[in-house]
Amino acid sequence: MDYSLLSSILHAILVASTPLVFAGLGALIQERAGVLNLGIEGLMIVGALAGFATALAGYPLLVSVIAAALAGSALAAIFALLVLRLYANPVATGLALTLFGLGLSALAGAQYVGQAAPQVSVWTIPLLSQLPVVGHALFSHDPLVYLSILMAALLWWFLKKTRAGLILRAVGENHASAHSLGFSVMGIRFLAIAAGGALAGIGGSYLTLVQTPLFVEGMTAGRGWIALALVVFASWRPFRVIAGAYLFGSVTILQLHSQAFGISIPAQWLSMLPYLVTIMALVMISARGEKGLAAPGSLGKIFRVSR
Amino acid sequence: MRGLLLKALAVSAAVLLAACSDSEQTASNAPEKSADKVKAGFIYVGPVSDGGWTYEHNQGRLAVEEAFGDKVETTFVESVSEGPDAERVLSQMANDGADIIFTTSFGFMNPTIKVAEQFPNVKFEHATGFKRADNVAIYSSRFYEGRHVLGLVAGKMTKTNTVGYIASFPIPEVVRGINAAYLAAKSVNPEVQFKVIWVSSWFDPGKEADAAKALIDQGADILMQHTDSPAAMQIAEQRGIYAFGQASDMAAFGPTAQLTAIIDDWAPYYIERVGAMLDGTWQSTDTWGGFNTGMVALAPYGQAVPDDVRQLAEEARVAISEGRLHPFTGPINKQDGSAWLAAGETADDGTLLGMNFYVEGIEGSLPSSN
Repeated sequence: MDYSLLSSILHAILVASTPLVFAGLGALIQERAGVLNLGIEGLMIVGALAGFATALAGYPLLVSVIAAALAGSALAAIFALLVLRLYANPVATGLALTLFGLGLSALAGAQYVGQAAPQVSVWTIPLLSQLPVVGHALFSHDPLVYLSILMAALLWWFLKKTRAGLILRAVGENHASAHSLGFSVMGIRFLAIAAGGALAGIGGSYLTLVQTPLFVEGMTAGRGWIALALVVFASWRPFRVIAGAYLFGSVTILQLHSQAFGISIPAQWLSMLPYLVTIMALVMISARGEKGLAAPGSLGKIFRVSR
Repeated sequence: MRGLLLKALAVSAAVLLAACSDSEQTASNAPEKSADKVKAGFIYVGPVSDGGWTYEHNQGRLAVEEAFGDKVETTFVESVSEGPDAERVLSQMANDGADIIFTTSFGFMNPTIKVAEQFPNVKFEHATGFKRADNVAIYSSRFYEGRHVLGLVAGKMTKTNTVGYIASFPIPEVVRGINAAYLAAKSVNPEVQFKVIWVSSWFDPGKEADAAKALIDQGADILMQHTDSPAAMQIAEQRGIYAFGQASDMAAFGPTAQLTAIIDDWAPYYIERVGAMLDGTWQSTDTWGGFNTGMVALAPYGQAVPDDVRQLAEEARVAISEGRLHPFTGPINKQDGSAWLAAGETADDGTLLGMNFYVEGIEGSLPSSN
C-alpha cells in the first residue's frame, strides 16, 4: 500500500469520526451529571439542520456552528424541563426526544432538501502538515476536527481539575449527598443537559457542514445511538471517547476500502462490523465488573427533593 | 326592477351555457367512451423534495397537469410507507373519485393488487413490479440503456483506468446497471477496471460520501452511483474528478463534475396513460420503456466531455433508441468464465429482469442478496 493512500484513509477516518466525538462528549457530560439522555440522535439532527440552514443563509462557519449548538441546547432544554421539573421517565422522554427531533427536522428541513452548503475551508497547520503520511492525515483538516479534540481536552480538564467539575461529578455520583451539601442538583443537571445538547448539535452540524454539505431527512442515520454506546465504551472518560470514536470510524472506512480492494466479504457483514465491534467492546468492559464499568452512581435515577 | 334583474341573469346564464357547449363541441372529436375529465392520483414512497426518485415522479404528475389543463385533476400523497398504510391511502383515493391511480414504488405492489380488486372501475398503474390484473397495468424503465452510454463516456474519459461504482443492494436492477456500464466501458477501453462498493442503503448521504472518498483514494477518477443522494457528486466536485448523476440531473451539486446523468422521465408515460383514460382506450399493459419511449433520458453533457466522446455517446443513444443496438449483445461470458451469450445473441428480458451475476472482467464477488 502506498503512503498517500494510507494518509488518505487516516484523513477520512478522522472526518468520519468527528461527529461521533462531539456527540459522545455531549452524552458524556450529561451522564457524568447523572442524566441518561437517549435523545442524542434527535439533538444531532436538529443541530444538523440549524447549522445547515445558517450556512445556506450565507453566514460563516463559526455562526453556523453556534446556531447548531443553540438548537441542540434548546431541544435539550425541553428534555431537561420534562425530566427535571415534571419528573417524566427519562428513558421514555429520551426516546421521544429522538423521534421528535427527527420529525421536527424533517418538517422544518423540507425546504432545504436538494441544496448544497458552501464548502468549509481547511486549516492547514504549518510545518506539521509537511510531515510524511501523518501530515496530510492529521494536520490538514477543517477547524471542527481540531475543535473536537480541544473539546475533549477541555472537558477532561473541567471534570478533573476544576471545582465546578467536581460538583458536577458529585451530583452524578450521589445526588442526595450533593443536595445535602447545598448544591442545586436541578440547576447543575440543567446546565449539563444544555451543554450536552450543544455538543450533540455541533456533532450533527458536522455532517451537514463538512462531511456531506447537504441536508436530508434522517441523515444522522443512527449516529446518536453509537455516541451513547461510545460513552459506555469509554467508561465515561473524555479521551477514551475520542479513542472509541476513531476506532468506530476506522472500521467504517476500512470496510469501504476493503470492498474497493475487492476483498470478498459480504457487504452486509462489513456494514455490521462497526456495530459488532461496539458490542464486543461493551462486553469486554462489562466483564471487568462494576469497577471497570465505572458508571456514575446516580445515572438515570430520578431526583426529588423530599418535602 | 327585480324582474329585470332575473331576466338579465337568465340571459347571461344562457349565453354562458351556449359558450360552454360550444367549446365542448370543438373538443369532443374523441371516441365514444371518452371521459370529459379524469382524476389521477399518485402515491409516493418519499417526499417530493427528495431530489431523485420521487421528485421525478412528481415532475411527471405536473407534466400531466400541464398537458391536459383543466381536463385533468391530480392529487398525490407523499411519504407513504410500503405496507398496510398504502392500502388505506389507496382506498381513500379511490373513494374520493380517482379514475386512475399511479403507485410509484416496488413495495406498493401487493396493496395495489388488493385495492384494485375492491375497486374494479378504477384503473391502477404500478411502477417496477410484476403483478398485473385487468385494471392494473405495470411500468418500469430500462435504466441499463442509460448505463451503457455512461459506461462509454466513463471508459473514454478515465485517465487512471479506474471507475468507482457506489452500489446500494445486489438486486437485479443494480447488478444489470453495473454489467451494462462495465461492458460499454470495456468496449472502448480494454484496460478499464471497475471498483464497486456496496453501501447497503438507498439513501445514507454520509456513507455514500465516505464510499466516494474511498473510491477516489483508491484511484478512481470517475464515479458512478446507484444510490439516491447527490453526496457522491458533491465529493467528486470537491476532489476535482468526474461523476454521473443518478435518477435526476445533479448538476447543481457538481457543476463541473457531472458528465451527464440518467434521468427517469416519467412524463411521457404518464401523459400517454392519462390520455388513454381521456379517450377511453386504457388497457392493462406491461411497459418496460427505454430511450425509445423517452422514459430514460440523459442530462446535458458536462463541459468536460470532449466532442468525440459526446458524438460516440449520442450515436449509441440513438442506436439503442432505434433498436439497432442492445447493450447486452454477445459474446459475453459470466464472471466465472462460463458462456452466457453467443456472438451476436442479445439478452432476453427474462434473464435481464432476474440478473444475479457479474459479467466476465468485473473483479470482486457479488454479495448474496438473500
